[in-house]
Amino acid sequence: MILDDLYQEIILDHYKNPRNRGKLEKPDIHEHLKNPFCGDEIDLDVRLNENKTAIEEIRFSGKGCSISQASASMLTEFLKDKPIEEARRLVELFKKMLRGETTPEEEEELGELQAFKGVSKFPVRIKCATLVWNILEQGLNEFSRQNRSSETESKKT
Amino acid sequence: MQEQELDVEQIRRDFPILMRKIRGKRLAYLDNAATTQKPAKVIEAIAEYYRRYNANIHRGAYLLSEEATAAYEEAHAKVARFIGAEETASIIFTRNCTEAINLVAYSWGRTFLKPGDRIVLTQMEHHSNLVPWLQLAKEKGIEIAYWPIEKDGTLDLGRLDSLLGDKTRLVSVTHVSNVLGTINPVREIAERAHQAGAAILIDAAQSVPHFAVNVQELNCDFLAFSGHKMLGPTGIGVLYAKTKWLEKMPPFLSGGDMISDVTFEEARWNELPWKFEAGTPNIAGGIGLAAAIDYLSAIGMEAVWRHEQQLVEYTLARLKEMEDIRIFGPLSMRGGVISFELKGIHPHDLATFMDMEGVAIRAGHHCAQPLMSILGVPATARVSFYLYNNKEDVDQFIQALNKAKEYFKR
Repeated sequence: MILDDLYQEIILDHYKNPRNRGKLEKPDIHEHLKNPFCGDEIDLDVRLNENKTAIEEIRFSGKGCSISQASASMLTEFLKDKPIEEARRLVELFKKMLRGETTPEEEEELGELQAFKGVSKFPVRIKCATLVWNILEQGLNEFSRQNRSSETESKKT
Repeated sequence: MQEQELDVEQIRRDFPILMRKIRGKRLAYLDNAATTQKPAKVIEAIAEYYRRYNANIHRGAYLLSEEATAAYEEAHAKVARFIGAEETASIIFTRNCTEAINLVAYSWGRTFLKPGDRIVLTQMEHHSNLVPWLQLAKEKGIEIAYWPIEKDGTLDLGRLDSLLGDKTRLVSVTHVSNVLGTINPVREIAERAHQAGAAILIDAAQSVPHFAVNVQELNCDFLAFSGHKMLGPTGIGVLYAKTKWLEKMPPFLSGGDMISDVTFEEARWNELPWKFEAGTPNIAGGIGLAAAIDYLSAIGMEAVWRHEQQLVEYTLARLKEMEDIRIFGPLSMRGGVISFELKGIHPHDLATFMDMEGVAIRAGHHCAQPLMSILGVPATARVSFYLYNNKEDVDQFIQALNKAKEYFKR
């Protein structure tokens, strides 16, 4: 096991020069999660397209280690413009890769995110990489739940 | 008390785990505030119990049970002598320090506290001396007042009196901070608490393992610590309490072994300390803790303390040579715990890097999240020492720190 498996060049680059850091005005989804293991916290803002079917923009803020920060930065780029259902599938795929259960074809789909594959060899650090993905998943679920309930609300009226 | 220096190389040979290579590197174990390694004598004492005289204690009318009972009871007596308690009746074995504090919160707190009463805690408490009181406060309508820490991570005694007032029933304070290394003046705190009519609980998890603590000198009402942080096994902890309290406190847990007489209608409690040890206890754990106390006593706590102080001094001097480093806590009069932050490297990344170099350090909030918020960091990196650490461990740590700086610079 070598450290470079964990700290790939691209990960350190995103850590030092994070993309899409900040907040969004009136986001459709705002989610906050803390990793109780290390105290890291991430806030995620997501804006959806007009008919609320795809992700238009993602911003993140918070404090954390290089793995969690780089993962957040790369997520914001990777999932931009992805339809919601597609984003959900990719979140699952990313987490599957960190469990070491993906096929090479599946990994291919994750593009640059394959840099995180090495994290699976460092069990205590897997949570750092998946933190932001879990936050997004939680936010998407919450959004669908609210939308479903507002749909039923509107059906009632 | 022995005056001679301890022979660290001799001591290291007593700890089998220190021979282990970590990813091909020498192990520098510097996470002793979390848990300590075990000397062969402790491991053997536990194995010996299971091999030769394993039996349930009390009431067994046969030799094995007599031996097990004697060893388990003797363990209480050893703990009593080790911390200068007057009576063995004051020594209750629990699972750990956390359970010992919970015992006080549940049994003492729910008996003697009423709505409007106040508990004083410090801002540097470990979650184990914080959450049980938060629970109690919510349940009983009790107020919690926090004694703030000074910029250098110490407590100013001058601030205590105004916090005490006439409503304070308990001051619960850590003896040595597991994050800052601060050694708190618990004897003076106890004196002031008593003057105000309050009891005092000392969280001694980071003190009893590292220097001589005498409960009579401190005049504390309660004192709690864990066995595994002082060379003993996990799953055994200690609550010392003045018997004047224990006699009036109801049992924390109930069942077997803690009763003297049971009918279908009622039960009478066993004598102290057994009233507070319901069910079959951790017999092997008690025996292991006794072996750990024997080991420490043979070396002498004065020597253990001096050895750790030398390591702390040496480490602080080496750290101060480095750039981009922030050291938390006081720079003098501190225990063998050093928390720090290396600019630009998150503590978790640092800990992972260190592990590759065979250096075991801790990164995180150290179960003191409120304190982290005061320090203005989500986490710190921490090294903590014990009697088997040597200069080589510190050098290995410093070398790994420098390598980490290089690595993360790229």
